[in-house]
Amino acid sequence: MALLNNIKAVRDQFPALGQKVNGRDLVYFDNGATAQKPLSVISRLNEMNSGINGNIHRAVHDLSAKCTMLYEGARESVREFINAESTEEIVFTSGTTASVNLVANSFTAAFISKGDAVIICEADHHSNIVPWQMACQRAGAELRILPVDDSGCWKMGELDKILDGKVKIVSVAHISNVLGIINPVKELIERAHAAGAAVLIDGAQGIVHSQVDVQKLDCDFYAFSGHKLYGPTGTGILYGKRALMDKMGPWMGGGDMVETVTLQKTTYAPLPLKFEAGTPNFIGAAALGEAVGFVNSLDRQFAAEHEELLMSKLMNGLREIEGIKIYGDAAGKIPLASFNIEGVHHADLAMLLDKMGVAVRSGMMCCEPLMSRFGVTGMVRVSLAVYNTAEEIDVLLKSLSRAVGMLRQ
Amino acid sequence: MTIKETEQQIVEEFAVFTEWLDKYEYLIELGRSLPIIKDSGKEEKNLIKGCQSRVWLAADYTDGKIYFTADSDAIITKGIVSLLVRVFSGRTPQEIIEADLSFIKEIGLEENLSPTRANGLLSMIRQIKFYAVAFAANK
Repeated sequence: MALLNNIKAVRDQFPALGQKVNGRDLVYFDNGATAQKPLSVISRLNEMNSGINGNIHRAVHDLSAKCTMLYEGARESVREFINAESTEEIVFTSGTTASVNLVANSFTAAFISKGDAVIICEADHHSNIVPWQMACQRAGAELRILPVDDSGCWKMGELDKILDGKVKIVSVAHISNVLGIINPVKELIERAHAAGAAVLIDGAQGIVHSQVDVQKLDCDFYAFSGHKLYGPTGTGILYGKRALMDKMGPWMGGGDMVETVTLQKTTYAPLPLKFEAGTPNFIGAAALGEAVGFVNSLDRQFAAEHEELLMSKLMNGLREIEGIKIYGDAAGKIPLASFNIEGVHHADLAMLLDKMGVAVRSGMMCCEPLMSRFGVTGMVRVSLAVYNTAEEIDVLLKSLSRAVGMLRQ
Repeated sequence: MTIKETEQQIVEEFAVFTEWLDKYEYLIELGRSLPIIKDSGKEEKNLIKGCQSRVWLAADYTDGKIYFTADSDAIITKGIVSLLVRVFSGRTPQEIIEADLSFIKEIGLEENLSPTRANGLLSMIRQIKFYAVAFAANK
């Protein structure tokens, strides 16, 4: 199949983009929160919900076998996509949050004792902060914070002060959902390993905007969601190195994760099923496989050049706005910009843009500590995807100027 | 004027706007003219926190009626808040407890009221009703 190498061919795959919102053509710039779905994902979901539906792994009938094939096929697609060594290292979850919670529970139970430490970053999403706060509280471990500088970049110099033999795991974002900065994860992983700590990378944004090779990265865990990668909501992945995951006990108990059960004792199924208790979202997982197929069908060079073009147009346009403050204005960013405009509240801006058909995010974006770091109560975020166009950026910039005119005294 | 009549008046004011943006333009105007809460009222106990914007709400109980003052850091929220203050301020606790607030839906702002929208507005209505119940009990 020919690769998708022009914007029309890409947009044709996304029926959601053709709709009107508040009477205007939708401009969808909230891709960092969730992406729209291509036809291949939609038709896989429809096909399974309307017929190919049988619970996986256990039954001998035809529908069960077909669903099992699709489910396990998707696992293989994901393995190949992130270049994991084996499908045993690919655990289906309900999303990044569930993946992080799995590690925060199972890894902590296996490896973290009283007096040990965990490192997270102050720019992280709540879903990488709260599970570790809870885990550290239970284990009596210390939570240490990697700070960021005024442009939002990791203060790597500070790492030496907090990374010692007590640290058992470092859990940080590949790419900040607020700032869009691609963090130097490779260097962090090397330094953490040298100090004897494992590393979990929150790849909710990273999986969408970089080519992830978990073996090259050498991360111990990599977590991401399906829905930001053009897949269905309620799907996610936890990649984990087999050697580590073998030593970790399951977090949730239930069906499909067992080998033998007596009323006194249970032995667990091998990886990855040990971590997939209960009926998984197998239809969603199969459709996530299609989402991976969609990303693979993009001409990578076209996609990269297109996004770069959009980003430079966006940044040039934003920088011309009087009184704008752009956060995380650093090199090496994904096509995303968070900002505030002097004299205008972020929520008001987002509300008016919505009335003009432009969907952006506003508020704290689940990063309250980072908001405090920058001394604000929220920001407006424009986050782009491969299907956005230069014309849409023009609409945004015009709408912004109109909204600011309405809101400023 | 009763609560119902004030609501009806607001619905009629909004009926002239056919464009969404005109409606918001009007809300912004209302937000600007809202008598803001005194700085002393902007304390933690009067703050209703949301992920999008913050709302402060203070209540005074005088001669059997409740008088509300409010503020928000976002101007459109403030405009919506000013409508609520207009409907509820100067009422008896019983009137407030019985109000159904259908006007919010009629003027097309119900999207701002979903419980998980996290803009503090629904919490604000709850808080207004809570004051009414509390003042009614302490009569």
